[in-house]
Amino acid sequence: MKIHEYQGKEILRQYGVPTPRGVACFSADEAVAAAQSLGGVSWVVKAQIHAGGRGKGGGVKVARSLDEVRQFAGRMLGMRLVTHQTGPEGQVVRRLLVEEGISIDREFYLGMVVDRESQRVALLASSEGGMEIEEVARESPEKICTVRIDPETGLTGKDAEEAARSIGIEDAKGAAGLFQNLYRAFVEKDAMLAEINPLVLTSNGSLLALDAKFNFDSNALFRHPEIIAYRDLDEEDPAEIEASKFDLSYISLDGDIACLVNGAGLAMATMDIIKLYGGNPANFLDVGGGASREKVTEAFKLMLKNPRLKAILVNIFGGIMRCDVIAEGIVAAVREVHLEVPLVVRLEGTNVELGKKILADSGLPIIAGTDMADAAQKAVAAARGA
Amino acid sequence: MSILIDRNTKVMTQGMTGKVGQFHTTNCIAYANGADCFVAGVTPGKGGQSFQNVPIYDSVAEAKKQTGATVSVIYVPPAYAAAAIDEAVDADLDLVICITEGIPVHDMIKTRRRMQGRRTRLIGPNCPGLITPDEIKIGIMPGHIHRKGRIGVVSRSGTLTYEAVGQLTALGLGQSSCVGIGGDPINGMKHVDVMRLFNDDPETDAVIMVGEIGGSDEETCARWIRDNMKKPVVGFIAGLTAPPGKRMGHAGAIISGGQGGAEEKLAVMEECGIHITRNPAEMGRMMQKVLKG
Repeated sequence: MKIHEYQGKEILRQYGVPTPRGVACFSADEAVAAAQSLGGVSWVVKAQIHAGGRGKGGGVKVARSLDEVRQFAGRMLGMRLVTHQTGPEGQVVRRLLVEEGISIDREFYLGMVVDRESQRVALLASSEGGMEIEEVARESPEKICTVRIDPETGLTGKDAEEAARSIGIEDAKGAAGLFQNLYRAFVEKDAMLAEINPLVLTSNGSLLALDAKFNFDSNALFRHPEIIAYRDLDEEDPAEIEASKFDLSYISLDGDIACLVNGAGLAMATMDIIKLYGGNPANFLDVGGGASREKVTEAFKLMLKNPRLKAILVNIFGGIMRCDVIAEGIVAAVREVHLEVPLVVRLEGTNVELGKKILADSGLPIIAGTDMADAAQKAVAAARGA
Repeated sequence: MSILIDRNTKVMTQGMTGKVGQFHTTNCIAYANGADCFVAGVTPGKGGQSFQNVPIYDSVAEAKKQTGATVSVIYVPPAYAAAAIDEAVDADLDLVICITEGIPVHDMIKTRRRMQGRRTRLIGPNCPGLITPDEIKIGIMPGHIHRKGRIGVVSRSGTLTYEAVGQLTALGLGQSSCVGIGGDPINGMKHVDVMRLFNDDPETDAVIMVGEIGGSDEETCARWIRDNMKKPVVGFIAGLTAPPGKRMGHAGAIISGGQGGAEEKLAVMEECGIHITRNPAEMGRMMQKVLKG
């Protein structure tokens, strides 16, 4: 689960990682009031969306007067900010962060990730602050210092100091404390990713987190009500929010053939085979292992909300889930939602014959697929004909 | 023979008294030699009770001592599942299979660290389990789609494994063992660990390896195959059409930082001599073709 920069900075401050002083704002008036209360002669107005690359898209501006604060805030709020991470449709800006202006001497990169290879948390530090770490990794990998942290000892002062020194921070001891604080926040809050980019050395010699990006483990949210409180539904796909209410795993894609599948691997493979036969999948949808009739109906409603929809492909390999139960669910759902696009169903596994019989006896215009390839080909043909 | 488990394996079930544990234990006992294999259940506080004539113990150590079980399967809810693995590792079991989906990643990082230097092998979490057809099934897969034979299957996915198995069985190609290693980013045995066992198993002639986007385990396994594998391998990777940065159901199925994409994996696998197919409906036929030479 992602959160906003200003929320990430709240967490950093709780853990003793210094940030510039700032205020979250929802209107131009609030932004001006915030700048006044912060004082000083310059402020940074930052659009708050769950995507990186905001600066290049016009989402970060330095204001030299309160008039400029008002002007930038007014322009940013409600704008569709397009960055390389938002996709071409962009993301509407609804919140701002107004911060005191900082005089910067040097910029560094500090990040933490869950490293699958070593099965540990890895600290990444680089002298190339402000650049994307993937780019640094491609262009000059020698400029990235990586520490794989033993969960039993945590990030040791020695390792942290070495990392700080290797990226050219003079006060390595001070920086090490900051690194260790970030590690504490990372573990205690069940983060999957944390990035401070840039971490800056100010002209008066202190280190500050100028940006904060966090991604949390959704499997650990049960023990973090304080992180759940940060959730901003405006930043999420409405279809995905709706799906999560019914415990369906759904991701919108840009094609026109919707698919309903049990199991994440088979769901991905179903998208792939649609593409392989010349179609375009409209979504990823895993109904899970124990889908009820209600869940299947909700899944159909979700797929039908897509205005581009031209056909639906149901691909079920029944294990725990019995094919007769899913067939009853499909029949009930089709009757309830008044389906107007072709529906292709492929059933295999537990109670498959019973499931096929239920579909055939329903009198509904359901196209049966004999196997995965046949079903995908029929769905692609149906979408073309629609 | 087979890998990891056979008709003589003695299994305990951690979390047997929950709804999920009861359902799957019943099915596992009913499969092939299951009634002899499933000898104990573990639920703290319920020691002395029984389920389907299987005695329940308060701890893994006690269950091991009383029944000689050396393998455990875990259906414990996610918040407590990592502790259940720890308990099985502390009791020096040979193999732990964790079915539970949704264990926090940081719990698994700590558990994997505790496992260093210990003898216990871990399969999963977030996996369907493993099966040696006509002998023993430990997990949630439908037993009836399998058929005894000489093809090994290793996969990160559940139902996609069933798809591969279903295709093999339909073509008359039976399986030696099928192992679902799970869809989590931090887990136990990887593709390469299972591949080594299949390579050494005299009753496995060839292997189907099913992977998906995220991480680089398939590439690691492919390079090992290039240098060591004596048997043909057929490979498929799910997620060619998955967009970057989105978690595709499985916690570990995500393309992040430009890494873990399906094309890259398939390219490395092909270079390493694996017979890849981009069509998930062709895994079985590809294997048939490879075996005919």
